[in-house]
Amino acid sequence: MKLAVSSGPHILTRETTQTLMLDVIIALIPTVAAGIYIFGSRAALVLAISVFSSVLFEFIWRKALKKSLTIKDLSAVVTGLLIGLNLPSSVPLWMPVLASALAIILAKQLFGGLGHNFMNPALFARAVLLASWPLHMTSYNLPQRVFFGSSAPTGVDTLASATPLINSSGLSMQDLLLGNIPGSIGEVCKIAIIIGFLYLLFTKTITWEVPVSFIGTVALLGWLLGEDPVRYLLTGGVLFGAVFMATDYVTNPVQRIGQFIFGVLCGVIVVVIRKYGGYPEGVTYAILFMNCITPLIDRYSKKKIYGEVKKNVQ
Amino acid sequence: MSNKTNNLRGVFINGIFNENPTFRLVLGTCPTIAVTTSAINGIGMGLAATFVLIGSNMVISLLRKFIPNKVRIPAFIVVICTFVTIVQMLMQAYLPSLYESLGIFIPLIVVNCIILARAEAFAAKNDVLHSAVDGIGMGLGFTLAITLIGIIREMLGAGTVFGNQVMGAGFEPMLLLVLAPGGFIVYGLLLGIINAISTRRASKKSKEVKTA
Repeated sequence: MKLAVSSGPHILTRETTQTLMLDVIIALIPTVAAGIYIFGSRAALVLAISVFSSVLFEFIWRKALKKSLTIKDLSAVVTGLLIGLNLPSSVPLWMPVLASALAIILAKQLFGGLGHNFMNPALFARAVLLASWPLHMTSYNLPQRVFFGSSAPTGVDTLASATPLINSSGLSMQDLLLGNIPGSIGEVCKIAIIIGFLYLLFTKTITWEVPVSFIGTVALLGWLLGEDPVRYLLTGGVLFGAVFMATDYVTNPVQRIGQFIFGVLCGVIVVVIRKYGGYPEGVTYAILFMNCITPLIDRYSKKKIYGEVKKNVQ
Repeated sequence: MSNKTNNLRGVFINGIFNENPTFRLVLGTCPTIAVTTSAINGIGMGLAATFVLIGSNMVISLLRKFIPNKVRIPAFIVVICTFVTIVQMLMQAYLPSLYESLGIFIPLIVVNCIILARAEAFAAKNDVLHSAVDGIGMGLGFTLAITLIGIIREMLGAGTVFGNQVMGAGFEPMLLLVLAPGGFIVYGLLLGIINAISTRRASKKSKEVKTA
């Protein structure tokens, strides 16, 4: 018998960065499928380009700086997918490429790669694109195909339309849930996002604190300010942002109480921007802002270590 | 004598490269980020600050033995204010459009830390000639740096350089770069590149020393 002598901990997990990222990718499959079904081949093209270029930029950067290659941990694939899902299907095709470069190089690798970035790379890229080319980022294609023969308006390519956040009165609840509405590729089909959320919870990839407190706060504040809370959640990107963007490990508080605070404050900022700000939607900026103050939340939500003596006792 | 001219050249070059106020001393970051939305703004701001820097350096150097140590900072500020007021009035009279676009940042040259730092660190300890050369060197270093940032931001953010169209018709300007975040991002990237180059040079030099 062979005895291995080593120091603790002795319990090993099979969980690696790669398996976690794979779980996220699996959770994104329904959203990707729904997005491609609704917005057609153009959406597939945007997604393919963003994933491919994200992986390519990660490869080039690590290779150029002679660092270990990190493509196999799949984090670049996830970033690429999230970038694509955050774009409208009508964007010019150079935009996903540029967004991938910004996310991978500027937001992630310059700070030291996965685990060191202080804000969500995909959201950073989206924020840059939104500030730089607002026209491309806010003109959405109408759905090309809709689920279950709904009466929601469908359209040809290039037909731009405003986000249903501004006026959702013409859309039935069923259309909002199924995603028969204009919007970014990933944000429209709420059913798919909920399936992904349940998968992530079931596999314990994420904890419930951030999404639930985020979504709950938006619903509650929306209701207090005179909105129909369900409709308020089903239009715009709150669900997608809360489930897939705000739950990024790296840019999230460590403690569960911190994650809860993170989610609540995200929700507050979203409602403030929607109600009183200049943009119809504020999920991107809310999450990015909270990413920046995550270290602060971590500091104040630190658990007391057992046996530690409080300093400055009177 | 040759030693002295050498020294003067050293002081001049120092301001542009080794102790470039923007990229090496990281002073005056407020105007660096705020006014560099275009190349012309960068040059205008740089030259205005250079003028103030030369003038205040010379006057402070002249007065360095009269100013009591305890009140030197207020005294320096009064001297700097004088020159800033001159610049402001001259600009308003002869370059009204630049005056408009630089706006509040012209009076704010008073609190530009490059100028106070050079008064404190150099002019208060050196003679008039060296202080003037230091002012020119530092001023040009600042001007070059913020003009470079201005060129990059204007080129990518508006498709022009000094107001001339340089990008093709299909180019869609990246608005972010002429907004505030663009200033931080471009400045940060340039700082990073320059640091990377200088650390590489330093490590090469130390290797050469070792082998020799």
